[in-house]
Order: sequence, then structure tokens, then C-alpha cells
Amino acid sequence: MSATNTAPTVPGAAAHPHGPGSPVPVQTRSQRFRSTDPSAFPAVTGREVDWKLTPVDRVRDLIDGELDGSPIATTVSEAAGVNAEWVGPEDARIGAAGTPEDRASANAWARTEKALVVTLTAEERVEVTIDRTGPDHAPRASHTVIVAKPNARGIVVIDNRGSARLSENVEIVVEDGANLTVVSLQEWDDESVHLSAQFARVDKSATLKHVVVSLGGSIVRVNPSAALAGEGATGNLYGLYFSDAGQHLEQQVFVHHIAPHTVSDVLYKGALNGAGARTVWIGDVLIGRDATGTDSYEANRNLVLSDGTRADSIPNLEIETGDIAGAGHASATGRFDDEQLFYLRSRGISESESRRLVVLGFLLEIVQKIGQESLEQRLIAAVERELEAVESI
Amino acid sequence: MATLTIKDLHVSIETDQGSKPILRGVNLTINQGEIHAVMGPNGSGKSTLAYTIAGHPRYTVDSGSIELDGDDVLEMSVDERAKAGLFLAMQYPVEIPGVTVSNFLRTAKTALDGEAPPVRTWIKDLRGSMEALRMDQTFAERNVNEGFSGGEKKRHEIVQLELLKPKFAVLDETDSGLDVDALKIVSEGVNRAKESNNLGVLLITHYTRILRYITPDFVHVFVDGQIAEQGGPELAERLENEGYDRYAAATA
Repeated sequence: MSATNTAPTVPGAAAHPHGPGSPVPVQTRSQRFRSTDPSAFPAVTGREVDWKLTPVDRVRDLIDGELDGSPIATTVSEAAGVNAEWVGPEDARIGAAGTPEDRASANAWARTEKALVVTLTAEERVEVTIDRTGPDHAPRASHTVIVAKPNARGIVVIDNRGSARLSENVEIVVEDGANLTVVSLQEWDDESVHLSAQFARVDKSATLKHVVVSLGGSIVRVNPSAALAGEGATGNLYGLYFSDAGQHLEQQVFVHHIAPHTVSDVLYKGALNGAGARTVWIGDVLIGRDATGTDSYEANRNLVLSDGTRADSIPNLEIETGDIAGAGHASATGRFDDEQLFYLRSRGISESESRRLVVLGFLLEIVQKIGQESLEQRLIAAVERELEAVESI
Repeated sequence: MATLTIKDLHVSIETDQGSKPILRGVNLTINQGEIHAVMGPNGSGKSTLAYTIAGHPRYTVDSGSIELDGDDVLEMSVDERAKAGLFLAMQYPVEIPGVTVSNFLRTAKTALDGEAPPVRTWIKDLRGSMEALRMDQTFAERNVNEGFSGGEKKRHEIVQLELLKPKFAVLDETDSGLDVDALKIVSEGVNRAKESNNLGVLLITHYTRILRYITPDFVHVFVDGQIAEQGGPELAERLENEGYDRYAAATA
């Protein structure tokens, strides 16, 4: 694909003062270097802010290597008011929502030969499933664009199963007044490696609900960003993950409030069980200078079910205007709430059943937000299967 | 008829400064169908007694016994105590995200009975009990205690009391934070449970207010981890007039 660089814009020094003469690297989240050309990025050392918590050595091929850019096996469910097509890299819709911020994302962008574009036009709510059963463990690239035209309503589920070694970009455009839910569901097999950069642009009075569910895979790193670009746009970014022994599940979330009166809600909840179970959550919220009257909240909660796990949780909040309705963030990682267990057990429920209820309830808070009954039921069953493997439960 | 017997119970909690004794030799016998009010000033150990009976891990029993018809309650796990017929209505019921009231109550009922309740009668019982406690039916599909007001949490406790049908209930300051209407509704629920299940009640309270609606057979005054005085309902009236000061003076 053609390469474009975006030079970082420098905000006024008065608006964002640093110590005089300090050689400040990128401080504001929106200033991070962006390019569709992988060679424009410096070599990844593993010390970068966006790579330092990722096992870089195990994804080196996806960052730097050759990737097969032909379309991966994909089935898109058919529905009235939904159009799916494969387009070449010159298509104008590519790049509508974002530009890669890291080298793996740029590598996928540059190598992709055909992109899948799914367009929703119906004002009646539609349900679309993009079914991807990963073919093998050869390194691949992919690019998906999901567009909800003005006032369109619907839910798009990217359903990832099977085996894969994939670096991809997903662009999501929610045009004026549209209401779109996108669920990225990772139920890969145990060997799979998946790096996914997801960019959303939410226009005037439009609403995006974005849900990341990562259950299966060896290394799964999904980095969603949402630019709330139109006045009154809403971005609700939710996530659910369950990391077993040796599993690395990561998400770097970025919400950029650009326009006034935009609203965001970020909630990621995860459980960790087994030696070497690892999760990473980095949540950045940037409220821009013009984003007056905005309301935002971000939170990450992790439930630790065994010894030998590690959960990193890093919420960041930058505010460039004083005129906001609200902004908050929270992070908590811990074991069971003993008071919840006591309460359930005091009603006769056994210890193991009480633990199961508490964990299931903790994670189901995210599932309950999806709003598609069949998928919710499937995810409840999937989480219950994960819980069956927990010895202490 | 079942009997709950507490003998010379000594209980302590662990603090940063080491072990701190709270209960200093409590003796109490409750028969099914009786209502015992335990009254006392703040910090006298009333709630410790409630949580010790229910088996909260924070409290260490140093000596003494609790028996239910001769069975050693202290040897039972928390859920075994519930199965044996003990119930604690908590002062601060906890929120459990993602677990609906309906799912929670059905799971508890199934655990207590050893089999799932028949669907039709269960839904009828649940509705009836919620209606009696003036809880909207929508609460059944809300998560346990999540976003409930203080009064709604207390009424939810009594819904559980009516549905789970224990032999003995410990009500830990169930009256605190209730307005007079809610107090009446909750009291009626307790009285109903007593009538229909021959419930024995240990009613723990700071104030005499709730005793206008739930008439105790016995009143025990709790001071400094011990029962300082006991008597009939007339003792509650005396406390209402005189407060706890004379006990404080006696122990000072």
C-alpha cells in the first residue's frame, strides 16, 4: 500500500508546559509517530512505551518479517443493508479511520494485498458476523474496514477461531448519527499469535460500542483507539479477557476526545489463572483543547485466581481543556472479595460454587453490555469452560 | 423444636496491635419460635456475636461453644451453618456484580434443599415474597444489592429470610437506616417468617424502635462483650427511658 507519514503536531508550549530546555519526548498521546510505512519506524527494541510489556522476541516476525498479504479465509454473514467486498490497497476507504502507530501495524498495512470492507447502511438494526478461522501459523497480514453510514444501526462481530499468526489493522468508521457495536472476539487456539490495531472514528452524534473479548491464543495484543471526532459522539470501549498459564493477553486502549460534548466509557475486566498468566492493560484518554463539555471514565479491573500471574494496569488521563463535565479513571487488581464469598456462603452456597459465581459475575458485567443474546450465551459458556480449569475454584 | 445454645463464648479479632478480645463469656439459649432481643451500646460486641454465629473468618473463637441441637456449630463451615438452619441478615449486605437476585436466590435455595425448587412454585414464591416486602419485580433481574438503597438492601435480606426458611435468624441491626415505613415492612416480614416457620430470632439492635413492631420474648443487655442483664420486654422500655449509662457506670 502507499505510504503516508503524519508529522506530529506540536501543541502550544503555553498549553502544555514542560521544564525549560528539557528534551521532552512525545508527551501528549496524540503526538505519537504515525506512518503506514514500516521502515519509517525505528527498529523495535522492546523498550518503547508501547512495546515494553509485550514479549517482542516472540512476535518479531510480525513486526519486521515478510507477511502473506493475501485475504485470509473469511465468511461474512449476509443481511439486507450490509455490503461486503474485497478492495485493493488504493481504495479511498482505507485510512479513513487511522494510521499505524507501531511497526507491526505498519508492516501489516504495507503488506496487505486486499482489504475487506463491510458497509452497513440500514437504519434497522442488523447483525453481521465476520467469521475468520485462522488457516495456519504462517505469518499473515490483514486489513478490515467497517463503515456504518449515517444513521445506520448494527452489530459486527469479528469471530476469530482456529490457528493464526496474524498482524492486522481494523478500521471502524461510524458516520453521523449511526450506532455501531463492534465485537472483536479472540478464541484462537493455544499456539496462535495475534496483533491487532483497531482504529475508530466516531462522527457527529454517532455511537460506537467496541468490545474486545480475548480468551484463546498464546499472545493476543489488541489495541483499540477511538477518535471522537464529531460533536456529541460517544465511544464505549469494553473488554473482557481470561489469561491462563503462559498466556499473554494485552490491550492498549486510546480514546481521543476531539470534538465538544463527546462521551466515553472504558471498562476492561480480566481474570488471571495459572503460572505465567499475563495481562497488560494500558488505557489512555486524551481530552483535546476543543473537547469542551466532555464526560469520560476509564477503568480496569483484574481478578487474580492463582499464584504466579502478573497483571499490568496503567491508566493515563490527559486533559487539555478546563471545561469538562467529568473525567475519571480507576484501576484495581486483586484476589477474591472475601466479603462477597462470605455473603454467598452464608446463604448455603458452597465455597466452590460461590467462587464460581463471583468470578463469573465479575466477568459477565462486560458480556451483559454486548446486547446480542446468542453471543452473550456463547461467551457465558466460554467463560464457564475457562473456570472449569481453575483448580482453586 | 430446635435449640441454639451458646455457652461461655470468648471471641477475639486480630488487629495491628495483636489479638483483641471482644466477647468475654456469652451465655445464651434460644428455642425455635422465640424472639430474643440483644441490645447494647456501640462497640459492646453485638455484631461480633452475630458474625461469630454465622462463621465469619475474621473472628477467632478462643473458648466456649455454640451448639444447634447438640451439633457443634463452630465445627461447621459457613455454608454448612446455613444448611443446618442458621441465617444472618447483615447490617451491610455486599454487592455482587454480574449475579442477578433471581439467580442468587435460586442457587441458594437449591444448595439448601439439595435440589432445584420446582420452577412454577418457585417463581410464585419469589414474586409473593418480593411483593410482601414491597420490592418491585424488576429487582429479580438486577445484580445482587448493586445500586440498591440502604432500605432496599435490608428488604432484600428479609426476602431471603422468607424464601430460605431457616430455623434461626440473626438480624444484625436490620433496623438501622430504615425509615418508619420500611421498618414496618421489614418487621412484618420477620413476624411472618416466625409464624409460618416457627423461626427463632436473635434481634440485635441499638435502639428500642424496632421492638414496637417485633415483640421480644426476652431482652438481653450486652455490655463489654457480656450479657449484663436480662429480662422480658419491660427491660426494653426501661432502656428506652434510661439508656445504657448505668451499665457503663457499673463496669467503669
